[in-house]
Amino acid sequence: MGMYMIRRIVFAIPLLWAISLLTFVLINLSPMDPAVVVLQAQGVPVITDELIARTQQQLGLDQPFLVRYIHWMADCLQLNFGNSYITGQSVWLLLGPALVNTLRLTLVSAVSIIIVSVVLGVICALQAGRLLDRSMRMLAFILTAVPSYGLAALLIWYFSVRLDWLPTSGMESYRSYILPVLIITISYAGLYFRNVRSSMLSNLNKDYVLYGRASGLPERTITLHILRNSLQVAVSIFCMAIPIILGSTVVVENVFAWPGLGSLSVRAILSRDFPVIQAYVLILAVSFVIFNAISDMINAAINPKLRNGL
Amino acid sequence: MNILEVDQLNIKDTHTGKVIVDNVSFELRQGRCLAIVGESGSGKSLTCRAIMRLNPSSLHQTGRILFRETDLNALSAREMRNMRGRPIGMIMQNGMSAFDPSCVVGVHFRETLGEHYGWSRSVIDAMMQEAMQSVMLNQPAQLMNRYPHELSGGMLQRMMIALTLVLKPDIIIADEPTTALDTLSQQEVMAQFIHLRRTLGSSMIFISHDLGAVRHIADDVLIMKSGQIIERGETGQLFTAPRHDYTRQLLSARLTLSDHFRQLINEE
Repeated sequence: MGMYMIRRIVFAIPLLWAISLLTFVLINLSPMDPAVVVLQAQGVPVITDELIARTQQQLGLDQPFLVRYIHWMADCLQLNFGNSYITGQSVWLLLGPALVNTLRLTLVSAVSIIIVSVVLGVICALQAGRLLDRSMRMLAFILTAVPSYGLAALLIWYFSVRLDWLPTSGMESYRSYILPVLIITISYAGLYFRNVRSSMLSNLNKDYVLYGRASGLPERTITLHILRNSLQVAVSIFCMAIPIILGSTVVVENVFAWPGLGSLSVRAILSRDFPVIQAYVLILAVSFVIFNAISDMINAAINPKLRNGL
Repeated sequence: MNILEVDQLNIKDTHTGKVIVDNVSFELRQGRCLAIVGESGSGKSLTCRAIMRLNPSSLHQTGRILFRETDLNALSAREMRNMRGRPIGMIMQNGMSAFDPSCVVGVHFRETLGEHYGWSRSVIDAMMQEAMQSVMLNQPAQLMNRYPHELSGGMLQRMMIALTLVLKPDIIIADEPTTALDTLSQQEVMAQFIHLRRTLGSSMIFISHDLGAVRHIADDVLIMKSGQIIERGETGQLFTAPRHDYTRQLLSARLTLSDHFRQLINEE
């Protein structure tokens, strides 16, 4: 198992490198000259060619592509993502706190999604085809279909305005988490519990379940065995859900004025703040790689057959 | 004395309304081995699972299944669970899929024996290791820490036999235990089945379409076709003087095959 983990981490390195290259190339393909962005942000009234050339020199943009990439990557490895073109602040100081805020929201939501999906999935699988299962799936279908901003508005109106139980925005206390987490959970758990349910169902008719019953094992022991084997699919989905939520909290963060990555990235994109966008894309891509590796490791711990696969 | 009496067992698929096992009645005598022979789809496995009430709920079963005066078909789910494993044990067809693939095989033994006897882990391990050695499994301590995919079908089959040896059930139901194995493992496993019967003296229901194996182990034979019993009798008598056409066909199919095989060998 230890060897597997080391191999899995080593295998992630070339992928991370490829991501960094791709991020850099894509940003450089943008038709907008970064020097112009900087000058506009500084409020320079007349942008001359000479001024552009000087700014390019200041930012190091006049150097060859490869040299710029190597400098950028060396800086990134030290978590130095440069300065924002707009505010001049260090990107890391800008992104760091926002990332922490979004990570908090994401992790709390992920835990809530996992609990809700597994519990609902198991209940529905054990009750498959009965009324409870069917009505649960129908309800989940409807709730998932409602766009999250609509649902957010509805819940804010009811819980925050009418009943005045929960704050409408910001992140002051644990109570601020309730509504955003609820909305993220509804939109994801409604999809994921179906995966848990169907993989439980596909395990129910396996021979080992029959032999367990024939050996006189209690149902709860058998259910635990089924769950253990069903969770492999779910583990991959849940682990990949974390970076997906990380990248898609934009709507929820904007509705609840959550000071996170989502709101920051939208602002950066609108003002073409290239260093911030670059760092944002890189962080998200790296988190995909990390969580993918984690999901493989958890799966290898559950399923011994996978350990020799790498 | 009969240890098990199946009386008018009927199994119906509630989805399609099709009758799969049609009013089957038979009895298993104390200490005897009854073979149920038939082609795939004849209802032999369903009949045996019906005795343990392990068929899916979409299959509805009626009739009486008397195990020592108790009607198994009338028991509650909890009472039925207590019957499984110890009073009535089962050995599955495919050892490779009979164990949870994500746990080492020892886990199944510990859970099963812990449930029935409440023994500690060390007692279970000692009992299992002794039983595994008696079915010719070497280095049992290491084997218990292996995952099912690391072992062969024949080894897993013998592990199920070893577990049965420790559980000491009154009735053993073996559902085509040699079908999934190669010829060499078949012989090893059959030898262990005979050893199992000798050691425990339990009654056994042996489902198979391998007539050679049936002849070796069974005292009585039932022939099933399309959910009905078409012939029954003592093994020797049934093999020498079959009455039903289908039985004759089964036996001659086997003879033709072995004649053909002999011919091939002689030609070499």
